[in-house]
Amino acid sequence: MCGIAGLIHKTGGSADVGAELTAMLQALKHRGPDSTGFGLYGDSHPNSYVARVKFAEEADMAQDHDIGERIAERKRATDAHLDRIGARVVAATAATPYAYRYELDYNGDLRELADELESVDGTEILSIGRALELVKDLGDAQAVAGKYGLDSFTGTHAIGHTRMATESDVDISSAHPYWAYPFSDISVVHNGQLTNYWTKRRALERTGHRFMSSCDSELIAVYIADRLTRGDALEEALERSISELDGVFTYVVATADALGMAKDLMAAKPMVLCETDDFVALGSEEVAIRRLFNEEIDTFDPYEGEVLVWRT
Amino acid sequence: MANVDTDKRSHEMGLHEERLAGRTQQVFFEPARDDVERFTYPDAYPVDLDKATEFDAAEMEPTEANRRIRELMAAGFGTITVRNPGAKHSLGVGILNRLNLYFDGSLGYFGAGSIDGPNVRIAGRVGWSCAENMMAGTVVIEKNAGSSFGAALRGGDLVAKGDVGARTGINQKGGSIIIGGRTGAFSGFMMQRGRMVVLGDAGDNLGDTMYDGIIYVGGEIKGLGVDAVHGEMTDLDCEWLRRKLDLYGLEAPNGIENMKKIVAGRQLWNYDNLEPTEKKLIL
Repeated sequence: MCGIAGLIHKTGGSADVGAELTAMLQALKHRGPDSTGFGLYGDSHPNSYVARVKFAEEADMAQDHDIGERIAERKRATDAHLDRIGARVVAATAATPYAYRYELDYNGDLRELADELESVDGTEILSIGRALELVKDLGDAQAVAGKYGLDSFTGTHAIGHTRMATESDVDISSAHPYWAYPFSDISVVHNGQLTNYWTKRRALERTGHRFMSSCDSELIAVYIADRLTRGDALEEALERSISELDGVFTYVVATADALGMAKDLMAAKPMVLCETDDFVALGSEEVAIRRLFNEEIDTFDPYEGEVLVWRT
Repeated sequence: MANVDTDKRSHEMGLHEERLAGRTQQVFFEPARDDVERFTYPDAYPVDLDKATEFDAAEMEPTEANRRIRELMAAGFGTITVRNPGAKHSLGVGILNRLNLYFDGSLGYFGAGSIDGPNVRIAGRVGWSCAENMMAGTVVIEKNAGSSFGAALRGGDLVAKGDVGARTGINQKGGSIIIGGRTGAFSGFMMQRGRMVVLGDAGDNLGDTMYDGIIYVGGEIKGLGVDAVHGEMTDLDCEWLRRKLDLYGLEAPNGIENMKKIVAGRQLWNYDNLEPTEKKLIL
């Protein structure tokens, strides 16, 4: 089933998007209690990147007696790789014993940076961005937000996901959102199934794209990133996806300065939306949006084949 | 007590003679049995519609709120207002009783589902599958509604004054669905009986594989589904529409006479002796 949510403060400025998204996702816990993911967009840093990296799964911590030493080895190797390509580590903070937040001073090629990070066995990039920070872990929204200190995260917009595992394991690698490797600041959350996943994936791989998982949601992120690099505006990329992606889906995509959503022609997956002059909140169920408002609000369902985009 | 003149008029209008389909599926309503069919459930609460009360559902789980409604009915209250429903799911479901039930806000999914008898008024919006399998009574929503609005509706009036989502009245088996705004794709999908009124636009695949029933549309139709065809508006259609819209304070933007009428083409009916291959030849 899964639950998806998003919000954007259209006038820019810094708002408590971490706390807001936590409240929305907690209301959607019943749609997916296995894991929760946050794609948060904070202040943009033109000359540096924030990378969210994990060196192990949460389950490894209880099952592997040597995991502490393995994580330390992986981090040392990762730091060495970063040093080799000239990426200066401004700060490296352990959000959990197995997940780190890197602030990197780097002006080189992003794909090279991503490849270097991922060349260390057991290391996985959750996101790299100038504004995006992607956090996902097992448990509900409050548990994950508490573990990573997301309640105090400020920014302009955010997307999130509560996952009910159906076709892959309950682990961090299978949790949403997905980052569009190796394009900075593009993330996707998705509710549905793509039926032409392999066809589209092979087509994208033939053009040089790489996939970090076998999840169809990642395909949407890479597909959108691919269209944007070909010159499409975000609206155009989303509209094109309606005809080129088969299946039933509603997804939310975020870039450094925009939030968008698309719904397939069958309209089989839910989405409820509330828009005011300066704010938009959307989610799989209205109960999520209601967590942000005390007053009565007007909401609506986007229609089949509908694409909507908002910018900060 | 039934109004004799009204009943007579409704019979003249043919409202008691809807025929489902084919050779063996005709259903006739017997006027003499109307009173019998308007039965009261054996364990129904003897409520007084003039006895009113309210409660606040802000801090309640849906089960708790629904239990509270039953407790109040058991205490004889026939008019209940629920404050702060907060778009919670499954509120007001399974009520098989005479009751005036007001929600001072919005409902989530499956609101007022499987009801038989109450008059429900919702000041806000409803989520997916509102009034699913409703048997009798009225449900009136002041704002928008989500998808699968009135799925498998069997009787009563279901009204949304705003826009509604996709698959409205999917598998509708009776009653009336009235929409003040537009409706999404696949509305009236596999409709079997009853009437649907859309005052605004209708999405693609309207009335797809409908068996029977009537869909009236006041705006544009993006596309008809398989075996859905245009029918001819009659005086009876207009009279019925005028009466229903008046009841709920709605108006057809371009006039009732200019509404489109969609019915089953009846080419997909399988109530004959044709084998599927022969059916293909005909179609």
